[in-house]
Amino acid sequence: MQGYLRADGRKGVRNVVVVAYLVECAHHVAREIATPFRDRGVHLIGFPGCYPNPYSLAMMEKLCTHPNVGGALLVSLGCEGFDKRRLKRAIEVSGRPVLTVGIQEIGGTRRAIAAGREWIESSLPAILGQQPVAMGIDELTVGTICGGSDATSGLTANPAMGVAFDLLVADGAKTIFEETGELIGMEHLMAARAANPALGDELKRSVAKAATYYATLGYASFAPGNADGGLTTIEEKSLGAYAKSGQSTISGVVKPGIAPPAKGLYLLDVVPDGEVRFGFPNINDNAEIAELIACGSQVILFSTGRGSVVGSAIAPVIKVCANPETYKRMQEDMDVDAGRILEGRATLPEVGREIYELVQRIGNGEPTKSEALGHQEFILTYKSFEPLGPACLPV
Amino acid sequence: MANSDQDGGQPAGKVARAVMRLSPRDNVAVALRALKSGETVTLDGVPIAIRGNIAVGHKLAAQPIEKGEIILKYSCPIGTATSPIAPGEYVHTHNVESNYLPTYELPK
Repeated sequence: MQGYLRADGRKGVRNVVVVAYLVECAHHVAREIATPFRDRGVHLIGFPGCYPNPYSLAMMEKLCTHPNVGGALLVSLGCEGFDKRRLKRAIEVSGRPVLTVGIQEIGGTRRAIAAGREWIESSLPAILGQQPVAMGIDELTVGTICGGSDATSGLTANPAMGVAFDLLVADGAKTIFEETGELIGMEHLMAARAANPALGDELKRSVAKAATYYATLGYASFAPGNADGGLTTIEEKSLGAYAKSGQSTISGVVKPGIAPPAKGLYLLDVVPDGEVRFGFPNINDNAEIAELIACGSQVILFSTGRGSVVGSAIAPVIKVCANPETYKRMQEDMDVDAGRILEGRATLPEVGREIYELVQRIGNGEPTKSEALGHQEFILTYKSFEPLGPACLPV
Repeated sequence: MANSDQDGGQPAGKVARAVMRLSPRDNVAVALRALKSGETVTLDGVPIAIRGNIAVGHKLAAQPIEKGEIILKYSCPIGTATSPIAPGEYVHTHNVESNYLPTYELPK
Protein backbone atom coordinates (compact mmCIF):
# COMPACT_ATOMS: atom_id res chain seq x y z
CA MET A 1 0.00 0.00 0.00
CA GLN A 2 0.88 3.65 -0.33
CA GLY A 3 -0.24 6.47 1.94
CA TYR A 4 0.10 10.19 2.60
CA LEU A 5 2.59 10.86 5.42
CA ARG A 6 1.47 13.50 7.95
CA ALA A 7 3.60 15.51 10.40
CA ASP A 8 2.50 13.31 13.34
CA GLY A 9 3.84 10.21 11.56
CA ARG A 10 0.44 8.74 10.69
CA LYS A 11 -0.42 7.98 7.09
CA GLY A 12 -3.64 8.63 5.20
CA VAL A 13 -5.14 6.41 2.50
CA ARG A 14 -6.91 9.45 1.02
CA ASN A 15 -5.89 13.10 0.67
CA VAL A 16 -9.10 14.97 1.40
CA VAL A 17 -9.75 18.67 1.99
CA VAL A 18 -12.60 19.19 4.45
CA VAL A 19 -14.92 22.18 4.37
CA ALA A 20 -16.39 22.39 7.87
CA TYR A 21 -19.35 24.51 8.93
CA LEU A 22 -19.24 25.38 12.62
CA VAL A 23 -22.99 25.96 13.04
CA GLU A 24 -26.02 25.12 10.88
CA CYS A 25 -26.25 28.83 9.91
CA ALA A 26 -23.01 28.36 7.94
CA HIS A 27 -24.06 25.07 6.33
CA HIS A 28 -25.36 26.50 3.04
CA VAL A 29 -22.27 28.64 2.48
CA ALA A 30 -19.99 25.69 3.25
CA ARG A 31 -21.91 23.42 0.87
CA GLU A 32 -21.77 26.02 -1.91
CA ILE A 33 -18.01 26.33 -1.41
CA ALA A 34 -17.43 22.57 -1.48
CA THR A 35 -19.82 21.40 -4.22
CA PRO A 36 -17.80 22.48 -7.29
CA PHE A 37 -14.80 20.55 -5.90
CA ARG A 38 -16.72 17.44 -4.86
CA ASP A 39 -15.01 15.17 -7.36
CA ARG A 40 -11.57 16.50 -6.48
CA GLY A 41 -11.61 15.21 -2.91
CA VAL A 42 -13.27 18.15 -1.13
CA HIS A 43 -15.69 16.84 1.50
CA LEU A 44 -18.32 18.69 3.54
CA ILE A 45 -18.46 18.11 7.30
CA GLY A 46 -19.82 20.23 10.13
CA PHE A 47 -21.55 20.65 13.45
CA PRO A 48 -25.05 22.16 13.49
CA GLY A 49 -25.39 23.26 17.13
CA CYS A 50 -24.83 26.76 18.52
CA TYR A 51 -24.10 25.70 22.11
CA PRO A 52 -20.59 24.77 23.24
CA ASN A 53 -19.91 21.05 23.71
CA PRO A 54 -16.47 19.54 24.48
CA TYR A 55 -17.33 16.30 22.65
CA SER A 56 -18.16 17.95 19.33
CA LEU A 57 -15.11 20.24 19.56
CA ALA A 58 -12.85 17.24 20.18
CA MET A 59 -14.54 15.33 17.34
CA MET A 60 -13.98 18.20 14.90
CA GLU A 61 -10.33 18.51 15.97
CA LYS A 62 -9.75 14.80 15.42
CA LEU A 63 -11.56 14.82 12.08
CA CYS A 64 -9.81 17.93 10.69
CA THR A 65 -6.42 16.45 11.66
CA HIS A 66 -7.27 12.90 10.54
CA PRO A 67 -4.55 11.19 8.48
CA ASN A 68 -6.84 11.09 5.42
CA VAL A 69 -7.19 14.92 5.58
CA GLY A 70 -4.66 17.22 3.90
CA GLY A 71 -6.22 20.62 4.65
CA ALA A 72 -9.30 22.31 6.10
CA LEU A 73 -11.51 25.30 5.43
CA LEU A 74 -13.61 26.39 8.40
CA VAL A 75 -16.85 28.27 7.74
CA SER A 76 -18.17 30.32 10.64
CA LEU A 77 -21.23 32.54 10.82
CA GLY A 78 -19.44 34.56 13.51
CA CYS A 79 -21.62 34.50 16.61
CA GLU A 80 -21.90 30.72 17.22
CA GLY A 81 -20.75 28.98 20.38
CA PHE A 82 -18.18 26.76 18.63
CA ASP A 83 -14.57 27.54 19.63
CA LYS A 84 -13.31 28.21 16.10
CA ARG A 85 -9.96 29.64 17.25
CA ARG A 86 -9.08 26.50 19.17
CA LEU A 87 -10.06 24.29 16.22
CA LYS A 88 -7.98 26.40 13.82
CA ARG A 89 -4.94 26.29 16.14
CA ALA A 90 -5.18 22.48 16.37
CA ILE A 91 -5.16 22.24 12.57
CA GLU A 92 -2.24 24.69 12.26
CA VAL A 93 -0.22 22.76 14.84
CA SER A 94 -0.81 19.59 12.80
CA GLY A 95 1.00 21.23 9.86
CA ARG A 96 -2.08 21.38 7.61
CA PRO A 97 -3.16 24.42 5.60
CA VAL A 98 -6.28 26.00 7.11
CA LEU A 99 -8.40 29.10 6.61
CA THR A 100 -11.44 30.37 8.52
CA VAL A 101 -14.07 32.23 6.50
CA GLY A 102 -16.35 34.32 8.75
CA ILE A 103 -19.63 35.08 7.01
CA GLN A 104 -20.56 38.12 9.12
CA GLU A 105 -17.04 39.50 9.01
CA ILE A 106 -16.55 39.15 5.26
CA GLY A 107 -19.90 40.67 4.34
CA GLY A 108 -22.42 37.91 3.73
CA THR A 109 -23.18 34.79 1.72
CA ARG A 110 -21.84 35.73 -1.70
CA ARG A 111 -18.49 37.08 -0.50
CA ALA A 112 -17.99 34.13 1.88
CA ILE A 113 -18.61 31.61 -0.91
CA ALA A 114 -16.22 33.44 -3.23
CA ALA A 115 -13.46 33.64 -0.59
CA GLY A 116 -13.83 29.97 0.29
CA ARG A 117 -13.72 28.77 -3.31
CA GLU A 118 -10.71 30.98 -4.03
CA TRP A 119 -8.78 29.45 -1.12
CA ILE A 120 -9.61 25.92 -2.22
CA GLU A 121 -8.70 26.64 -5.84
CA SER A 122 -5.31 28.03 -4.78
CA SER A 123 -4.57 25.42 -2.06
CA LEU A 124 -5.76 22.26 -3.79
CA PRO A 125 -2.87 21.75 -6.26
CA ALA A 126 -0.23 21.66 -3.49
CA ILE A 127 -2.38 19.39 -1.28
CA LEU A 128 -3.26 16.98 -4.08
CA GLY A 129 0.33 17.07 -5.34
CA GLN A 130 1.69 15.42 -2.20
CA GLN A 131 3.51 12.23 -3.18
CA PRO A 132 2.40 9.06 -1.38
CA VAL A 133 4.94 6.88 0.42
CA ALA A 134 5.06 3.16 1.21
CA MET A 135 2.64 2.10 3.93
CA GLY A 136 2.23 -1.18 5.83
CA ILE A 137 -0.91 -2.90 7.09
CA ASP A 138 0.42 -2.21 10.60
CA GLU A 139 -0.12 1.50 9.89
CA LEU A 140 -3.83 0.96 9.27
CA THR A 141 -6.71 1.51 11.65
CA VAL A 142 -9.90 -0.17 10.45
CA GLY A 143 -13.34 0.38 11.97
CA THR A 144 -16.36 -1.86 11.56
CA ILE A 145 -20.06 -1.16 11.69
CA CYS A 146 -23.28 -2.86 10.61
CA GLY A 147 -26.31 -0.99 9.29
CA GLY A 148 -29.61 -2.04 7.86
CA SER A 149 -29.02 -5.43 9.47
CA ASP A 150 -31.22 -8.44 8.88
CA ALA A 151 -31.05 -12.08 9.93
CA THR A 152 -28.42 -12.83 7.26
CA SER A 153 -25.99 -10.18 8.61
CA GLY A 154 -24.96 -12.38 11.51
CA LEU A 155 -24.67 -15.47 9.29
CA THR A 156 -22.46 -14.11 6.49
CA ALA A 157 -21.16 -10.52 6.36
CA ASN A 158 -20.50 -9.94 10.06
CA PRO A 159 -18.56 -13.16 10.73
CA ALA A 160 -16.71 -12.66 7.41
CA MET A 161 -15.67 -9.18 8.52
CA GLY A 162 -14.63 -10.81 11.80
CA VAL A 163 -12.33 -13.14 9.82
CA ALA A 164 -10.89 -10.09 8.03
CA PHE A 165 -10.41 -8.38 11.41
CA ASP A 166 -8.48 -11.41 12.72
CA LEU A 167 -6.18 -11.27 9.65
CA LEU A 168 -5.65 -7.51 10.10
CA VAL A 169 -4.87 -7.92 13.81
CA ALA A 170 -2.38 -10.68 12.98
CA ASP A 171 -0.66 -8.21 10.63
CA GLY A 172 -0.36 -5.59 13.38
CA ALA A 173 -3.27 -3.32 12.39
CA LYS A 174 -5.48 -1.50 14.87
CA THR A 175 -9.12 -2.55 14.62
CA ILE A 176 -12.21 -1.07 16.26
CA PHE A 177 -15.72 -2.47 16.70
CA GLU A 178 -18.49 -0.46 18.29
CA GLU A 179 -22.09 0.25 19.31
CA THR A 180 -22.41 -1.12 22.83
CA GLY A 181 -26.21 -0.79 22.43
CA GLU A 182 -25.93 -3.62 19.87
CA LEU A 183 -23.84 -5.79 22.15
CA ILE A 184 -26.59 -6.15 24.76
CA GLY A 185 -26.67 -9.81 25.78
CA MET A 186 -23.07 -10.39 24.62
CA GLU A 187 -21.37 -8.77 27.63
CA HIS A 188 -20.25 -12.00 29.32
CA LEU A 189 -18.88 -13.56 26.12
CA MET A 190 -17.04 -10.31 25.37
CA ALA A 191 -15.62 -9.96 28.88
CA ALA A 192 -14.15 -13.46 28.59
CA ARG A 193 -12.07 -12.23 25.62
CA ALA A 194 -10.60 -9.22 27.45
CA ALA A 195 -6.84 -8.87 27.84
CA ASN A 196 -7.32 -8.95 31.63
CA PRO A 197 -10.22 -9.26 34.14
CA ALA A 198 -10.30 -5.52 34.98
CA LEU A 199 -10.82 -4.73 31.28
CA GLY A 200 -13.50 -7.44 31.19
CA ASP A 201 -15.34 -5.54 33.94
CA GLU A 202 -15.07 -2.33 31.88
CA LEU A 203 -16.53 -4.13 28.85
CA LYS A 204 -19.47 -5.37 30.93
CA ARG A 205 -19.93 -1.90 32.44
CA SER A 206 -20.06 -0.27 29.01
CA VAL A 207 -22.82 -2.64 27.83
CA ALA A 208 -24.78 -2.19 31.09
CA LYS A 209 -24.54 1.59 30.57
CA ALA A 210 -25.92 1.18 27.05
CA ALA A 211 -28.81 -1.02 28.27
CA THR A 212 -29.78 1.58 30.89
CA TYR A 213 -29.43 4.46 28.44
CA TYR A 214 -31.62 2.85 25.78
CA ALA A 215 -34.15 1.67 28.39
CA THR A 216 -34.54 5.30 29.56
CA LEU A 217 -35.22 6.34 25.98
CA GLY A 218 -37.75 3.52 25.54
CA TYR A 219 -36.26 1.90 22.44
CA ALA A 220 -33.43 -0.48 21.71
CA SER A 221 -30.96 0.20 18.90
CA PHE A 222 -33.31 -1.67 16.62
CA ALA A 223 -35.09 -0.36 13.50
CA PRO A 224 -38.37 -1.74 12.12
CA GLY A 225 -36.39 -3.02 9.12
CA ASN A 226 -34.35 -5.24 11.43
CA ALA A 227 -37.57 -7.04 12.40
CA ASP A 228 -38.78 -7.17 8.78
CA GLY A 229 -35.45 -8.81 8.03
CA GLY A 230 -36.02 -11.59 10.55
CA LEU A 231 -34.28 -10.26 13.65
CA THR A 232 -36.68 -10.84 16.53
CA THR A 233 -34.98 -9.15 19.51
CA ILE A 234 -32.10 -6.80 20.33
CA GLU A 235 -30.14 -9.74 21.75
CA GLU A 236 -30.48 -11.59 18.43
CA LYS A 237 -29.30 -8.47 16.59
CA SER A 238 -26.42 -8.20 19.08
CA LEU A 239 -25.43 -11.81 18.45
CA GLY A 240 -24.94 -10.97 14.77
CA ALA A 241 -23.33 -7.59 15.39
CA TYR A 242 -20.86 -9.10 17.85
CA ALA A 243 -19.54 -11.45 15.13
CA LYS A 244 -17.89 -8.43 13.46
CA SER A 245 -15.26 -8.42 16.19
CA GLY A 246 -13.75 -11.77 15.14
CA GLN A 247 -11.86 -13.95 17.60
CA SER A 248 -8.94 -11.78 18.73
CA THR A 249 -8.22 -10.80 22.30
CA ILE A 250 -9.90 -7.48 23.16
CA SER A 251 -7.06 -5.08 23.98
CA GLY A 252 -9.03 -2.13 25.30
CA VAL A 253 -12.03 0.20 25.35
CA VAL A 254 -11.86 3.62 23.69
CA LYS A 255 -14.33 6.49 23.40
CA PRO A 256 -15.05 8.72 20.38
CA GLY A 257 -11.94 10.65 19.33
CA ILE A 258 -9.50 8.44 21.26
CA ALA A 259 -7.20 6.44 18.99
CA PRO A 260 -6.20 2.90 20.00
CA PRO A 261 -2.70 3.22 21.49
CA ALA A 262 -1.32 -0.04 20.06
CA LYS A 263 -2.13 -2.82 17.61
CA GLY A 264 -5.03 -5.14 18.33
CA LEU A 265 -8.80 -5.14 18.72
CA TYR A 266 -10.63 -2.37 20.61
CA LEU A 267 -14.25 -1.69 21.56
CA LEU A 268 -15.48 1.85 20.89
CA ASP A 269 -17.92 2.81 23.65
CA VAL A 270 -20.29 5.18 21.85
CA VAL A 271 -22.89 5.63 24.60
CA PRO A 272 -22.57 8.93 26.53
CA ASP A 273 -21.64 8.93 30.21
CA GLY A 274 -23.83 10.30 32.98
CA GLU A 275 -27.55 10.98 32.81
CA VAL A 276 -29.42 10.86 29.49
CA ARG A 277 -29.00 14.35 28.05
CA PHE A 278 -29.02 14.74 24.29
CA GLY A 279 -31.20 11.89 23.07
CA PHE A 280 -30.25 8.68 21.32
CA PRO A 281 -26.57 7.80 21.55
CA ASN A 282 -26.17 7.44 17.79
CA ILE A 283 -29.04 8.77 15.77
CA ASN A 284 -28.00 6.83 12.65
CA ASP A 285 -25.16 4.79 11.14
CA ASN A 286 -23.18 7.80 9.92
CA ALA A 287 -22.96 9.19 13.46
CA GLU A 288 -21.12 5.98 14.36
CA ILE A 289 -18.95 6.08 11.24
CA ALA A 290 -17.86 9.65 12.09
CA GLU A 291 -16.82 8.43 15.56
CA LEU A 292 -14.86 5.47 14.17
CA ILE A 293 -13.06 7.91 11.85
CA ALA A 294 -12.37 10.30 14.75
CA CYS A 295 -10.64 7.35 16.48
CA GLY A 296 -8.22 7.26 13.54
CA SER A 297 -9.89 4.70 11.26
CA GLN A 298 -8.68 5.28 7.69
CA VAL A 299 -11.00 2.58 6.27
CA ILE A 300 -14.48 1.46 7.41
CA LEU A 301 -16.02 -2.00 6.92
CA PHE A 302 -19.82 -1.77 6.75
CA SER A 303 -22.05 -4.85 6.64
CA THR A 304 -25.65 -4.65 5.53
CA GLY A 305 -28.44 -7.13 4.97
CA ARG A 306 -31.37 -4.85 4.10
CA GLY A 307 -29.15 -2.75 1.84
CA SER A 308 -27.65 0.49 3.16
CA VAL A 309 -26.14 2.72 0.49
CA VAL A 310 -24.17 5.17 2.65
CA GLY A 311 -20.51 6.07 2.43
CA SER A 312 -18.82 8.81 4.43
CA ALA A 313 -16.83 11.97 4.29
CA ILE A 314 -13.07 11.51 4.98
CA ALA A 315 -12.77 7.69 4.91
CA PRO A 316 -13.74 5.06 2.32
CA VAL A 317 -16.56 2.73 3.39
CA ILE A 318 -16.44 -0.87 2.12
CA LYS A 319 -19.95 -2.29 1.86
CA VAL A 320 -20.24 -6.02 2.60
CA CYS A 321 -23.68 -7.30 1.60
CA ALA A 322 -24.97 -10.15 3.78
CA ASN A 323 -28.18 -11.05 1.96
CA PRO A 324 -27.97 -12.69 -1.49
CA GLU A 325 -31.40 -11.31 -2.48
CA THR A 326 -30.37 -7.76 -1.53
CA TYR A 327 -27.13 -8.16 -3.48
CA LYS A 328 -29.04 -9.06 -6.64
CA ARG A 329 -31.15 -5.88 -6.31
CA MET A 330 -28.42 -3.48 -5.16
CA GLN A 331 -25.08 -4.80 -6.38
CA GLU A 332 -24.05 -1.39 -7.77
CA ASP A 333 -23.82 -0.24 -4.14
CA MET A 334 -22.06 -3.31 -2.75
CA ASP A 335 -18.33 -4.05 -2.68
CA VAL A 336 -18.55 -7.65 -1.43
CA ASP A 337 -21.22 -10.34 -1.96
CA ALA A 338 -21.08 -12.24 1.35
CA GLY A 339 -24.48 -13.85 0.67
CA ARG A 340 -22.55 -16.42 -1.42
CA ILE A 341 -21.86 -18.13 1.91
CA LEU A 342 -25.59 -18.70 2.42
CA GLU A 343 -25.95 -20.07 -1.11
CA GLY A 344 -23.02 -22.44 -0.63
CA ARG A 345 -20.98 -20.66 -3.33
CA ALA A 346 -18.19 -19.51 -1.00
CA THR A 347 -16.96 -20.27 2.49
CA LEU A 348 -16.66 -17.88 5.41
CA PRO A 349 -12.81 -17.95 5.36
CA GLU A 350 -12.83 -17.24 1.60
CA VAL A 351 -15.05 -14.16 1.94
CA GLY A 352 -13.08 -13.04 5.01
CA ARG A 353 -9.85 -13.16 3.01
CA GLU A 354 -11.53 -11.35 0.11
CA ILE A 355 -12.47 -8.50 2.49
CA TYR A 356 -8.94 -8.45 3.96
CA GLU A 357 -7.44 -8.15 0.46
CA LEU A 358 -10.00 -5.54 -0.58
CA VAL A 359 -9.10 -3.38 2.45
CA GLN A 360 -5.56 -3.21 1.08
CA ARG A 361 -6.66 -2.36 -2.48
CA ILE A 362 -9.04 0.34 -1.20
CA GLY A 363 -6.26 1.55 1.10
CA ASN A 364 -4.07 1.80 -1.97
CA GLY A 365 -6.49 4.18 -3.66
CA GLU A 366 -9.03 1.98 -5.45
CA PRO A 367 -12.44 3.66 -4.95
CA THR A 368 -15.23 1.90 -3.07
CA LYS A 369 -18.68 1.65 -4.66
CA SER A 370 -20.03 4.40 -2.39
CA GLU A 371 -17.07 6.68 -3.20
CA ALA A 372 -17.60 6.17 -6.94
CA LEU A 373 -21.29 7.06 -6.47
CA GLY A 374 -20.35 10.28 -4.66
CA HIS A 375 -21.53 9.33 -1.16
CA GLN A 376 -19.97 11.63 1.45
CA GLU A 377 -22.46 11.46 4.33
CA PHE A 378 -21.56 13.15 7.58
CA ILE A 379 -23.37 13.92 10.84
CA LEU A 380 -22.25 15.11 14.26
CA THR A 381 -24.52 15.88 17.21
CA TYR A 382 -24.25 16.58 20.94
CA LYS A 383 -22.87 14.05 23.42
CA SER A 384 -20.94 14.09 26.69
CA PHE A 385 -18.26 11.72 27.93
CA GLU A 386 -16.12 11.30 31.00
CA PRO A 387 -12.43 10.40 30.60
CA LEU A 388 -11.50 6.72 30.12
CA GLY A 389 -11.09 4.71 33.31
CA PRO A 390 -7.60 3.36 34.11
CA ALA A 391 -8.58 -0.23 33.29
CA CYS A 392 -9.78 0.63 29.77
CA LEU A 393 -6.36 0.57 28.12
CA PRO A 394 -4.20 -2.00 29.90
CA VAL A 395 -1.50 -2.04 27.19
CA MET B 1 -46.10 -31.17 -0.07
CA ALA B 2 -44.86 -28.54 -2.50
CA ASN B 3 -41.38 -29.86 -2.97
CA SER B 4 -38.83 -31.77 -1.01
CA ASP B 5 -35.30 -31.15 0.09
CA GLN B 6 -33.20 -34.23 -0.72
CA ASP B 7 -29.74 -33.54 0.60
CA GLY B 8 -30.34 -34.72 4.15
CA GLY B 9 -28.34 -31.94 5.77
CA GLN B 10 -25.08 -32.64 3.95
CA PRO B 11 -22.58 -29.82 3.54
CA ALA B 12 -23.61 -27.23 0.94
CA GLY B 13 -22.68 -28.41 -2.52
CA LYS B 14 -24.80 -30.26 -5.08
CA VAL B 15 -28.17 -29.34 -3.58
CA ALA B 16 -28.16 -26.27 -1.38
CA ARG B 17 -29.50 -26.91 2.10
CA ALA B 18 -32.84 -25.25 2.88
CA VAL B 19 -32.54 -24.94 6.66
CA MET B 20 -29.74 -25.12 9.19
CA ARG B 21 -29.42 -25.43 12.95
CA LEU B 22 -26.46 -23.19 13.82
CA SER B 23 -25.57 -25.03 17.03
CA PRO B 24 -26.67 -28.46 18.32
CA ARG B 25 -28.20 -26.88 21.44
CA ASP B 26 -30.47 -24.55 19.43
CA ASN B 27 -34.25 -24.96 19.47
CA VAL B 28 -34.57 -22.86 16.28
CA ALA B 29 -33.13 -23.27 12.78
CA VAL B 30 -32.61 -20.62 10.08
CA ALA B 31 -33.93 -20.62 6.49
CA LEU B 32 -31.11 -20.60 3.93
CA ARG B 33 -33.65 -19.75 1.21
CA ALA B 34 -37.27 -18.58 1.16
CA LEU B 35 -39.49 -21.41 2.46
CA LYS B 36 -43.14 -21.91 1.46
CA SER B 37 -45.84 -22.97 3.85
CA GLY B 38 -46.57 -26.68 3.39
CA GLU B 39 -43.23 -27.74 1.95
CA THR B 40 -41.13 -30.34 3.73
CA VAL B 41 -37.42 -29.86 4.29
CA THR B 42 -34.78 -31.93 6.04
CA LEU B 43 -33.18 -30.75 9.25
CA ASP B 44 -30.35 -32.84 10.69
CA GLY B 45 -31.65 -35.83 8.70
CA VAL B 46 -35.23 -35.52 9.92
CA PRO B 47 -38.11 -34.26 7.72
CA ILE B 48 -39.84 -31.16 9.02
CA ALA B 49 -43.04 -29.57 7.62
CA ILE B 50 -42.91 -25.80 7.17
CA ARG B 51 -45.86 -23.91 8.72
CA GLY B 52 -46.08 -20.37 7.31
CA ASN B 53 -43.93 -18.68 4.66
CA ILE B 54 -40.44 -18.05 6.01
CA ALA B 55 -38.04 -15.61 4.32
CA VAL B 56 -34.31 -16.20 3.92
CA GLY B 57 -32.44 -15.84 7.21
CA HIS B 58 -35.63 -15.99 9.30
CA LYS B 59 -36.18 -18.65 11.98
CA LEU B 60 -38.34 -21.72 12.42
CA ALA B 61 -38.84 -23.97 15.43
CA ALA B 62 -36.54 -26.98 15.17
CA GLN B 63 -38.49 -28.84 17.88
CA PRO B 64 -41.59 -28.23 20.03
CA ILE B 65 -41.07 -25.05 22.09
CA GLU B 66 -43.13 -24.30 25.19
CA LYS B 67 -44.39 -20.91 26.29
CA GLY B 68 -41.75 -19.30 28.53
CA GLU B 69 -38.93 -21.35 27.02
CA ILE B 70 -35.69 -19.52 26.20
CA ILE B 71 -34.98 -19.36 22.44
CA LEU B 72 -31.42 -20.47 21.68
CA LYS B 73 -29.62 -19.51 18.46
CA TYR B 74 -25.90 -20.29 18.11
CA SER B 75 -26.25 -21.57 21.71
CA CYS B 76 -27.07 -18.01 22.84
CA PRO B 77 -30.35 -16.88 24.42
CA ILE B 78 -32.11 -14.43 22.08
CA GLY B 79 -35.46 -14.11 23.86
CA THR B 80 -38.38 -15.99 25.42
CA ALA B 81 -41.32 -17.72 23.71
CA THR B 82 -44.63 -15.96 24.43
CA SER B 83 -46.73 -18.92 23.18
CA PRO B 84 -46.19 -22.62 22.36
CA ILE B 85 -44.43 -23.07 18.99
CA ALA B 86 -44.70 -26.23 16.88
CA PRO B 87 -41.79 -27.68 14.86
CA GLY B 88 -41.52 -25.98 11.45
CA GLU B 89 -43.51 -22.96 12.64
CA TYR B 90 -42.24 -19.44 11.96
CA VAL B 91 -40.46 -17.97 15.02
CA HIS B 92 -40.49 -14.18 15.22
CA THR B 93 -41.86 -11.16 17.11
CA HIS B 94 -45.40 -12.63 17.23
CA ASN B 95 -44.26 -15.49 19.47
CA VAL B 96 -40.94 -14.33 21.01
CA GLU B 97 -40.06 -11.32 23.18
CA SER B 98 -36.75 -9.80 24.25
CA ASN B 99 -35.39 -10.36 27.74
CA TYR B 100 -33.89 -6.84 27.59
CA LEU B 101 -35.73 -4.17 25.58
CA PRO B 102 -39.00 -4.41 23.60
CA THR B 103 -38.78 -4.70 19.79
CA TYR B 104 -40.21 -1.76 17.86
CA GLU B 105 -42.14 -2.44 14.65
CA LEU B 106 -44.15 -0.07 12.46
CA PRO B 107 -47.94 -0.56 12.45
CA LYS B 108 -48.94 -2.92 9.61
